[in-house]
Amino acid sequence: MGRRLKIVIFSLVGVTLVVAFIFLASGMSPASFFQHLLNALQWGSFYALIALGYSMVYGVLMLFNFAHGDIFMVGAYIGWGIATGLVALGMRGILPLPNWLILVLTILLAMFFTSFVGMLVERVGYRPLREAPRASAAITGLMIGIILETGNLALLGAQRRNFPSLIKTQTYHLGPVTVTNVKIMIVFLSLLLMFGLHQFVRRTKWGMAMRAMAYDFVVVPLMGVPMNTIAALTFGLGSALAAAAGIFFGIAYPVLEPYMGILVGWKAFVAAILGGRGSILGAALAGFLLGFIEIFVAAIFPSTLRDVIAYSIILLILTFRPHGFFGEPYSARLRL
Amino acid sequence: MEVRGSTVSPAETMAGNALLDEVRAQLAQIPLLGWLCGTLLATAVEQTVGESLAKALSLPAIPGLFGLRIILSPLFEILLAVIQYRRDIPGLVASLKTIAPDLALIPGAVAFILLVYILPTLIVARLSAPLTNRLAKWLLDRFPLWVSLLLHLGLFYATLHLWGDISEYRMLILRFILISIILTLSLNLVNGYMGEFSCSHPGFMAMGAYASSVLTVLFFVNDDVFGAPLLPPAIGPFMFPLALIIGGLVASVGALAVAIPSFRTRGDYLAIISLAFMFIVKSVIENLEIIGGPRGFMNQPKWANLPIVFAWTAICVWMIYNFTRSTIGKASCAVRDDETAAGAMTINTRRTKMVTFLFAAFWAGVAGGLFAHVMGYINPGTFGVLKLSEVLAMVYLGGLNSVVGSIAGALGLQLLMEVLRPLELWKWIVIPILLIVLMIRRPTGLIAFTEVKIEDLLRPRQTLRSSAQVPGEGR
Repeated sequence: MGRRLKIVIFSLVGVTLVVAFIFLASGMSPASFFQHLLNALQWGSFYALIALGYSMVYGVLMLFNFAHGDIFMVGAYIGWGIATGLVALGMRGILPLPNWLILVLTILLAMFFTSFVGMLVERVGYRPLREAPRASAAITGLMIGIILETGNLALLGAQRRNFPSLIKTQTYHLGPVTVTNVKIMIVFLSLLLMFGLHQFVRRTKWGMAMRAMAYDFVVVPLMGVPMNTIAALTFGLGSALAAAAGIFFGIAYPVLEPYMGILVGWKAFVAAILGGRGSILGAALAGFLLGFIEIFVAAIFPSTLRDVIAYSIILLILTFRPHGFFGEPYSARLRL
Repeated sequence: MEVRGSTVSPAETMAGNALLDEVRAQLAQIPLLGWLCGTLLATAVEQTVGESLAKALSLPAIPGLFGLRIILSPLFEILLAVIQYRRDIPGLVASLKTIAPDLALIPGAVAFILLVYILPTLIVARLSAPLTNRLAKWLLDRFPLWVSLLLHLGLFYATLHLWGDISEYRMLILRFILISIILTLSLNLVNGYMGEFSCSHPGFMAMGAYASSVLTVLFFVNDDVFGAPLLPPAIGPFMFPLALIIGGLVASVGALAVAIPSFRTRGDYLAIISLAFMFIVKSVIENLEIIGGPRGFMNQPKWANLPIVFAWTAICVWMIYNFTRSTIGKASCAVRDDETAAGAMTINTRRTKMVTFLFAAFWAGVAGGLFAHVMGYINPGTFGVLKLSEVLAMVYLGGLNSVVGSIAGALGLQLLMEVLRPLELWKWIVIPILLIVLMIRRPTGLIAFTEVKIEDLLRPRQTLRSSAQVPGEGR
């Protein structure tokens, strides 16, 4: 217990130091700094939610789920479908619901359905290949991602979709800093989901099984832990979080397109690795860190340099901490 | 290879096993030299009478890719029409009527394949078998291996050249296939022989492409940005290999940036670092205005014609084949299997990994340089995640740790992508599904961990008569 507390305190102090350093080095006014900080929190929460899915799959199965970015996209589209449908039903007077209820239903239902998409991906692309070289599963993941993108394009067409605006944006002025209720909601709900996941993994029997599987996936199934169920559960949970991220993304930037998952997905993947194998706290922190880096680089330097600087910082961190923030060196033999 | 697969037609399979065995026995007597003579003659036939034959068979022109697209695209169109007009029968009929003329071309295309490719190849290969067997034996007995190898390569190149000479399209496809062979082989060195998972090949390719393009444009082309050529353009084609090599070396230097931090530990570490590196390269190029930034870089002289690309591919296959059988290639296999044990056996694991990685990056850079000088235009968007998926799919489709597998993977996937082009958008659903099914059926790829020995490939095959008379004399 003492060690975990130490880790949390250490990371909080570290984050504070980094933020303070950026503040001092950039020479921004406090107002614009806090404005960027808020944007970074929102942007980072997308990365963090998606990175959690990568990190869990990687922790439990030691496999990269390269389709995860596209599951995020599918989640956003499922959310869009549910929200648009419910709004249309309300307009016709068949099922008039208040907007906040539509939002809650959209989030819950989209998470539910997208988790089945994730389980399907596991069943089709990963379970048959569990004994195969690990890279083969990476290929099937990549291919499933392409199928999801193209399938979406073929079914729904190339035009962009607008996410219905469910909650009215209210702007609060806290001195010079402007805050919208949407931003607060997104950050708050993301943190809530992460906390919920953490509690699930720490407190429940299923979570214990997942942690055990991450510890040793050869011996633990012999102890009677159902490997297939746990693998499906891992994919399902990760996909549900990705769906939530997709809906939040749709609310914040209300344009959906079939290829929106690629860039965000790969960046979240890098964040997941940066956090350390299978570490929930690490993935969340690294996601927020990536958000901070990107927003602040774009604020200080020309925004085209964003990727160069963000990835260079990541390379630098990985050079000194090869296993990420909270990853432990593992000696499991590669199954390549 | 193409011809050999299609020699047994379905009708013959129906006729029973006896006939099949007879055909197989007949074909088994033909050495590689015979097949090459056969395909060479077939392409010569196409050169001379192809045009008029196509007209006689009421085809608009000589079919581009063995007529496969003429055969497949009406079928795809029917499928798409059925999907589109599920409930609308008159609409379905109307759209089927527009497809009908295309459908009528199919018999002509099949006849063209039979008459131009399969029949001449089979007849010439079989009839010349006694002669080519003797020639192959004489070549192998009297001369060193490379004489025979060069003769085979020359014949193969002649076939390719004659075949590609028919249209620009074929030339382009051939060169793309050859370039992807280089790329696939070099990635196989890292992901297969070294057992790591590298994602940075598009980045190395971009570095090679941009470096060699800058050199050729700076020295030999009158360009808006770089000004008048520094050297007379006439000597350009002779300096082109130098530009390619420098491009490859630049990619190797870039590879150092990945290798130095990532080879301290093992695991999936390289995957992440190389992925980040790929994004960095793409992003840096997008920010360099002098080489066009996100708009791309053009005006490269199109020097990478078929002989050049073929020669580079042959050199690459030869070098990588030798590399895998050299001490350092075997050492890197040992590192893959167990790094600690390899270290205990006095292998310098770090150096081995470095050398292999840099060597692979060099060839990726050369492939990029060739690619730039085939297209005459490159932009950073080309070298992104999509390219990565493509190369990875080629490597794992073909099979790890196999030069032949890599060649098969590159050839197979490129041909598949060209053949399925009429599907348009659905292509990107069909190809991934095919690859997933293939990965599930054969998780290690088509031809993994096996190698064809060149001696076996070139040796004469025993004829039925001689094997009956003197058993055991054939080899």
